[in-house]
Amino acid sequence: MPDPPRTLAQKLWDAHVVRSAAGEPDLLFVDLHLVHEVTSPQAFEGLRIAGRHVRRPDLTVATMDHNVPTRGGVRAADELSRKQMEVLAENCRAEGIPLHKIGSLRQGIVHVIGPELGLTQPGMLIVCGDSHTSTHGAFGALAFGIGTSEVEVVLATQCLPQKRQGDLAVNVSGDLPIGVTAKDIVLGLIGRTGTSAGQGHLVEYRGPTIRGLSMEGRMTICNMSIEWGAKAGMVAPDDTTFEYVEGKPHAPKGEAWAKALDHWRSLRSDELAPFDGQIDVDASALEPHVTWGTTPAQVVPVTGRVPSPRSETDERALRYMDLKPGLALADIAIDRVFIGSCTNARLEDLRAAASVIHGRRVHPKVRAMVVPGSTSVKLAAEKEGLDAVFKAAGFEWRNAGCSMCLGMNPDILAPGERCASTSNRNFEGRQGTGGRTHLMSPPMAAAAAITGHLVDVRELI
Amino acid sequence: MREPVRRVAGRMAPLDLADVDTDQIIPKQFLKRIERTGYGPFLFYDWRARGDFVLDRPEYAGASVLVAGANFGCGSSREHAPWALRDFGFKAIIAPSFADIFRANCYKTGLLAVTLPDSQVRHLVDLVTEDPNAEVVIDLERQVVRGNGFEYRFEIDPFAREMLLGGLDDISLIERREGEISAYEKTRAEWLPSLPASPTVS
Repeated sequence: MPDPPRTLAQKLWDAHVVRSAAGEPDLLFVDLHLVHEVTSPQAFEGLRIAGRHVRRPDLTVATMDHNVPTRGGVRAADELSRKQMEVLAENCRAEGIPLHKIGSLRQGIVHVIGPELGLTQPGMLIVCGDSHTSTHGAFGALAFGIGTSEVEVVLATQCLPQKRQGDLAVNVSGDLPIGVTAKDIVLGLIGRTGTSAGQGHLVEYRGPTIRGLSMEGRMTICNMSIEWGAKAGMVAPDDTTFEYVEGKPHAPKGEAWAKALDHWRSLRSDELAPFDGQIDVDASALEPHVTWGTTPAQVVPVTGRVPSPRSETDERALRYMDLKPGLALADIAIDRVFIGSCTNARLEDLRAAASVIHGRRVHPKVRAMVVPGSTSVKLAAEKEGLDAVFKAAGFEWRNAGCSMCLGMNPDILAPGERCASTSNRNFEGRQGTGGRTHLMSPPMAAAAAITGHLVDVRELI
Repeated sequence: MREPVRRVAGRMAPLDLADVDTDQIIPKQFLKRIERTGYGPFLFYDWRARGDFVLDRPEYAGASVLVAGANFGCGSSREHAPWALRDFGFKAIIAPSFADIFRANCYKTGLLAVTLPDSQVRHLVDLVTEDPNAEVVIDLERQVVRGNGFEYRFEIDPFAREMLLGGLDDISLIERREGEISAYEKTRAEWLPSLPASPTVS
């Protein structure tokens, strides 16, 4: 009997099973555990109380991202944030965990530094106490967010008990029109599926359009898997993946590279692998998308209008966003622009935004900022002069961190302020109490910065 | 060991909204603590600050069961959300569906996350809106939610149920598998990244 055909997700799962027994969740081995300052202190404390230690500090990497100030260094942080950073540093020192702290050349958003350091590789199982861990799935890895209790479990055992999940395929075909990006693929998808269609499932994004995307674009899509409820999102690795990984600091070298490559090429769904469901997306019909509400599923093409409410959730969102049904999206004025986050703050994203901004000025009523995803992205962008483009236009050019994606640091919206943001969540108060967030791609956010209102970027390119 | 969770009995509070995300349950400005407790006062902070929030109405004070809408707990993985619900006094949440990470976090916190069909959740919301003193019993052993004149069966992952009933924690169970873990570790591909296991702070 030949082996039954398996999906990529099933192959990744099977390869990490330490123990499988009836009536129990599978016990999975974690190849890489990413740690940050906000969701880890209670986990380390739990270990200490129980007299336990970190089993595999060599498979654990920490950074500071969620509450780091993006200017002024540690001194600019409030007392509680500073305390969290100090506690992380103490915990890492005590347990021998490598830490890229604020000020380090390798510091950055945890989901940006994993890939750029070559720590994120095809075939791995990666977890982090952060829901956007699904980003790493872009490399053909199984990656998902966990809670603090689970962080403690992984620190102590390097394993995690997990129930088997279902498999979904999202098949994307057709050429992306000019001005339409990976962000629009995923926003359009979430608009169709709603906020919870992915629950209990591992999603594989596939098809010719996905194959044609850069690693950055694939990361943007996998990143937002959680916004439609999926456990994880992934893309089978291919030459684009291998080219990205090769030469990165922690990538395999020499003979190990050849062996790894051999294995990685097998990481794809078998032809007859069974999926529990498939969603087809025609990328050629997509337009740039913008959210109008307070969930990422409340989204329409920028050429559209604020829709009539179809539920209590919609009515609540309209009230919070202070919008009336029928209003053209392009008639919505904005106060702030945020280009940043683990969704869209990689070099390619900054290049795309800069190409729209080049030679133009930020609208006088708008305050706009760029927060690179990592210190390394920031330096690379400066090397090619992107910082000069942004600064000349009137953007603030900041240091790396999560920043205004979730507003744990000093970068927040004032109540009532409206923001064009490249981040992943438009929840009430997400970017600051009373703040109003419209999610979009980096070129769209750049265009909004210039015109002072939501606008179809295709009018500017 | 944790406290076993077998049965929750008490009054309910309705939160008749879908897609309640963890940013609402516990806004980010309260994630800067390094403790596992003390989050109760900050539960639904921004919503409560606007006034007349349902959980602040006197008739729902002391409720131990929150009845909520679909996709409860979506968004951020912050375990501070179940901690805040627990610290506020809730022992169980009933909803038509939960976000996966939130549900897992509830179980680890010893909070019962009970899924019932829409119509039954609707009944509970109507019931407690009409009569804030209505009580329910959630019996995890029998997997039922019962009250005056009704009994609803619920499904729950059998292993999660066993862990809650036994007050078991994952780490001590996994530590029994040391042999299997070490054996697995020996089979890992040599190219997989590993970092110097000495303190390297850069």
